[in-house]
Amino acid sequence: MQYVWAFVIGGLICVVGQLLIDLTTLTPARILVLYVVAGVVISALGWYDPLVEFAGSGATVPLIGFGHLLAQGVVHAVEESGLLGALTGGFSASAGGIAASLVCGVIAAVIGHSKDQC
Amino acid sequence: MNLTKQQYAELVKKASPNSKLLPDCLWAFVVGGAICLLGQVLRNAYMVWGMTLTDAGTLSSATLVAMSAVATSLGWYQKLASKAGAGTLVPITGFANAVVSPAIEFKAEGFVMGTGAKMFVIAGPVIVWGMMASVIWGVVYYFIRPFLG
Repeated sequence: MQYVWAFVIGGLICVVGQLLIDLTTLTPARILVLYVVAGVVISALGWYDPLVEFAGSGATVPLIGFGHLLAQGVVHAVEESGLLGALTGGFSASAGGIAASLVCGVIAAVIGHSKDQC
Repeated sequence: MNLTKQQYAELVKKASPNSKLLPDCLWAFVVGGAICLLGQVLRNAYMVWGMTLTDAGTLSSATLVAMSAVATSLGWYQKLASKAGAGTLVPITGFANAVVSPAIEFKAEGFVMGTGAKMFVIAGPVIVWGMMASVIWGVVYYFIRPFLG
């Protein structure tokens, strides 16, 4: 059942993005920024945890989940080290995903060749 | 039915967004859902191998990122993206694609100001604004925490 909900919720979050692309003039970069910031806000309000509980990767893989990760990291860090945690929490929690992307980017640039965009 | 060119153009305009919107959304739903499903499969697999939920989450994200990097290098991700739209943009694989694609593309401008700088064309704003939001939330949380019980 967990797999079904991951698929359905993840798919629906992507449909919202598609509606933003088709019905508004927002560029992909703006949509991604919107998703991450929305993720932080929704998570701060305490509404995202239940969805993660329910849909697993369906909620964490879309970029809203990245915002959720940032917000959760900051809460955790504030609990541990007070106000300083507000500065360290976001990067600590999201370091894995960001570092993986950057490392993959560099490796791909070293060994890859540019392809025609379509 | 007798239509002037103008009337016909109006009819086309009325009909076309809908006829494009539905398949677009369907593609986004199926492809986006499938990427999330793959993430779930990976996460469960890592947990079966004895990882904690947090570690399994991080590693499955990293795995999706690596897969996206390979697909981007081979030009497959862009092909899929032209059909799937937000289905390939919104998941973390889309973020990885936005990093890897310019990293390769701007290699010709050098590894420092080409690859190194252009990687952040889309990732930069996402990280900056995500970080801003999280720092603000962190400060707010620090001050409201005593009242949260």
